Amino acid sequence: MAVELYLDLFSQPCRSVFMFAKKNNIPFEFKKVSLMDGEHYGDDFGKISIIRKVPALRDGDFCLSESIAIMVYLAEKFQTPDFWYPADLQQRARVNEYLSWQHTAIRMQGSKMFWLRLMIPKMIGMEVPKEKMDGALEDLNNSLNLIEEKFLQDRPFIVGDQMSLADLVAIVEIMQPLGAGLDVFDGRPKLSAWRDRVRTFIGEELFDEAHQNILGAQEGMKQIDPSKLELFKPKILRLFL
Amino acid sequence: MELYLDLVSPPCRAVYLFAEALKIPFEFKLVDLSAGQQYSEEFGKLSVVKKVPVLKDGSFVLTESTAILEYLVQKCSVADHWFPADLQQRARVNEYLSWQHLNLRSHCSKVFLLRTLYPFVMGSEVPKEKMDAAVEDMKQSLNLLEDKFLQNKPFIVGNKISLADVVAMVEIMQPLGTGVDGFQGRPKLMAWRDRVKKELGEKLFDKTHEAVLNSSGLQQKMQNNSELQKLKPLFIKYFR
Repeated sequence: MAVELYLDLFSQPCRSVFMFAKKNNIPFEFKKVSLMDGEHYGDDFGKISIIRKVPALRDGDFCLSESIAIMVYLAEKFQTPDFWYPADLQQRARVNEYLSWQHTAIRMQGSKMFWLRLMIPKMIGMEVPKEKMDGALEDLNNSLNLIEEKFLQDRPFIVGDQMSLADLVAIVEIMQPLGAGLDVFDGRPKLSAWRDRVRTFIGEELFDEAHQNILGAQEGMKQIDPSKLELFKPKILRLFL
Repeated sequence: MELYLDLVSPPCRAVYLFAEALKIPFEFKLVDLSAGQQYSEEFGKLSVVKKVPVLKDGSFVLTESTAILEYLVQKCSVADHWFPADLQQRARVNEYLSWQHLNLRSHCSKVFLLRTLYPFVMGSEVPKEKMDAAVEDMKQSLNLLEDKFLQNKPFIVGNKISLADVVAMVEIMQPLGTGVDGFQGRPKLMAWRDRVKKELGEKLFDKTHEAVLNSSGLQQKMQNNSELQKLKPLFIKYFR
């Protein structure tokens, strides 16, 4: 039985897992969980994960959530090339360091920007106070600065000459605000060059396939029934406002 | 090996508890957060992120407690159960360590910060609505800790303690001194806490948590510190 991956490519961590599995030719069954339709709150998905988030993995009886845990599990199980999660003590530490830092930094801020710029105004119809927007942008820029100054520096990739899980996890988060029309690469040649290297390393077709939904979000929003998001309103308000 | 720590910080406590319990030799370098030392020029040279904990092993400098813990596990030969080699068990530890950043850690810290830092930075008590929302989030995380991560097992991964339990425990302890007791009404969590304390060493555990449990002492310290007063604008971001 093939591994099942429960994914929605609107979600950044789902994109990392998707690209990782495809790039490494790991056989899996793509199980779509539509976040817009609230499928992650359904009974079926509840049996996979009571955390009710994507991505999730099912391998026989074993169910696992959290993209980082999933990718490390797949890396080990399918013996993917060392550079993804190096065995070397210090290199692995550098990957772990990025994977840890990013949760409350770029991941949170990229997501927030996507919601503040697109989802909240367009879907929920709320005006976002300028102060909130400015604060969010400042935080996002601080994270992007740190990515360039601490994590990348003058290296081609975060850990060195080769791509690792760190770059894979970083790129999907940095791409998220683009879906809301904010080009974070503008004025950042170092970051742009890194993005190009990452896209080449992963494979342009695969990278673009993974990002098709998010980059089409602004258009896609026009067709979605706003009443669907009523479900998420209280949570979003608490999360972002 | 040097560990730059302030035991008021939960991730610092996790690293400290682990290193001490496993008798890993290190030099304790205090970075006094309530004096704003994380923003000093000197500390900035060590780590541009300006956070604790930080590990310095020769010329190798590493931030992020979970990365530090895994580094120590890999470098020093510790018993397997701390970070099991078994594929599925390791995945369970990784799953917890990943989930906790934006859930238990974030929610418990928020409650703590609202109780201790908010009045200092904003000059007023935290609005009831904000406090209630933070406590509710913490409750949801604790529910998930019990229902998904612990279930009926003695420890998160199974019969033995792992990094996951240490990292979880220090976060629940954080708001305790401010009057928000995450263990209250949760006998399963209390029993787990007692097991974890026993594994790490009760004296060590209590000593490690002394500073953070003295909430009024902390607030006094902050009020009296002129350096910290200057740094107020930097702390506003926690509340936006």
